[in-house]
Amino acid sequence: MTASGGRTIKVDTLARVEGEGALYIKMKGERVTDVKLKIYEPPRLFEAFLRGRHLSEAPDITARICGICPIAYQMSAVHAIERALGIRIDPAVRLLRRLFYCGEWIESHALHVYMLHAPDFLGYQDVIEMAKDHRAVVEKALRLKKIGNSIVHLLGGREIHPISAAVGGFHKVPTKHQLHALVDDLQWGLEASLETVRWTSTLQFPDFEQDYEFVALRHPDEYPFNEGRLVSNRGLDIDAAEYEDRFVELQVKHSNALHSVIRGRGSYLVGPLARFNLNFDKLPEVAQKAAMEAGLKPPVKNLFRSITVRAVELVFAFAEALRVIATYEPPAAPRVTVPDRAGVGQAITEAPRGILYHRYAVDEKGLIVTAKIIPPTSQNQRRIEDDLREYAPQLAAWPLEEATWKCEQAVRCYDPCISCATHFLKVEIDRE
Amino acid sequence: MLSVGCLIIGCGNRQRGDDGAGVLAAERLGTLGIEAKTCLGEASELMEAWSGADEVILIDAVATGAAAGTVHVWNARLPMARGRSSSSTHGMGVAEAIALARTLDRLPAHLRVYGIEGKRFEVGTEVSPEVMRAVEEVVRRIANEIAQGQESSSAR
Repeated sequence: MTASGGRTIKVDTLARVEGEGALYIKMKGERVTDVKLKIYEPPRLFEAFLRGRHLSEAPDITARICGICPIAYQMSAVHAIERALGIRIDPAVRLLRRLFYCGEWIESHALHVYMLHAPDFLGYQDVIEMAKDHRAVVEKALRLKKIGNSIVHLLGGREIHPISAAVGGFHKVPTKHQLHALVDDLQWGLEASLETVRWTSTLQFPDFEQDYEFVALRHPDEYPFNEGRLVSNRGLDIDAAEYEDRFVELQVKHSNALHSVIRGRGSYLVGPLARFNLNFDKLPEVAQKAAMEAGLKPPVKNLFRSITVRAVELVFAFAEALRVIATYEPPAAPRVTVPDRAGVGQAITEAPRGILYHRYAVDEKGLIVTAKIIPPTSQNQRRIEDDLREYAPQLAAWPLEEATWKCEQAVRCYDPCISCATHFLKVEIDRE
Repeated sequence: MLSVGCLIIGCGNRQRGDDGAGVLAAERLGTLGIEAKTCLGEASELMEAWSGADEVILIDAVATGAAAGTVHVWNARLPMARGRSSSSTHGMGVAEAIALARTLDRLPAHLRVYGIEGKRFEVGTEVSPEVMRAVEEVVRRIANEIAQGQESSSAR
């Protein structure tokens, strides 16, 4: 039997784009003969936009690549350029950048855990259906996300496409009083996140463990956001400057995006599961305890359990935000002076969905000569295909529509940023 | 006729050709001295943006199969067609925001959507001439309605 097409996903009247991401799986009996994930990747275009622009523009330009994770783009950009110029930032600015990242993780994880991922486990078509039966849960998600927004708004100047991050620091920094005004909400968020860990741990997870190479930043003292060496569970331990020596991007015919692989080894996994497994000991006690009570003990190899890992990272983000605010003293100046000088710098930071690599070469006038941006989803792309090659055979006996739906759910575990805008994933299973 | 204090929100992504129609319209309204917010169109962000507002106008690009540049107007208080939003892996858009807000009783009392039919949504493309003309038409219509609302409120 050949059943092509599977289920057609309709463009509704207000959808903006259809078919930007597409997943095609070809099966012969229980055997998968082909898997193709097609994605379009805007960062390539932005690399070209950046050439010839002044280095001070990089944070604002790259923030526009993604509406969900603009801070990740800003942070990788400012750190890479600061390394190129040999700039050291004020420790208070460093703390504020961690707080900024907390805001983005809270926004992104709250959205994904509750609004996009939970309906899969509870058997709802989407969060709108889920909201009819679980109104309080969705209200909680919206409140959590709003708290993330308020951090981003305070530090970034606005919620979408924040404008305050700058090479050398921030254009403007908040007062202690402004930060302290967030504390009550953050304390509520911490409790709500602990409930989220407990709640997600009661969901039913498919039995699907894989032998991943996990790749994440690791810092000697803290759970990683902006700094650290890039490590893996198979011995990788490098500085960001060595990234392009160890990772290679391959062109594949079926996708506009390049596939990243570890040279000589193949696919790897970035994102919450990788961070958690490689940095469990750096989580604050409250997050470690919540994880253990939820039955999460590193290494967690079941990607479907990433919903609970994201919830643990929500606990971390709220606890970290509270820690930063409790110790914050405003810097002497919002940012240090940035000289125009030639140099090359690389940086990796942890976007909500995994490591984001930036490299810039700038000339003596401070103009960008070349820029390279490798987002987390393109790094996970090969791994998503590998997972589906293993997962689809388990679904061979399922009716086509349900199998297609299950495969979508598997892809959703990655929270993929397929085109850094609103978009649809079209899944097609072709059975012979 | 729009009341004074009506909230106008233009949604979309300027990097994706015609998808930027709503944002362009909001910016054009701004040049005429009419305040309009811009927003990407993510569901929770939209619900937050219109929270507390009684009368809201949304402007967004749409793809219904009609000719590019067609201007649709919907009253969002009435049931609207909605596709299967869960096929999105990463975000929820305007239609989902309206449906979710309806379920959670967070819809503004008056919510009208201007949908501008687009034809190209690829990253890095220019806005099509048909959509540019439609943006101007929507801006003109909204500006006229606001002018009428101002006349009516000053006549009272």
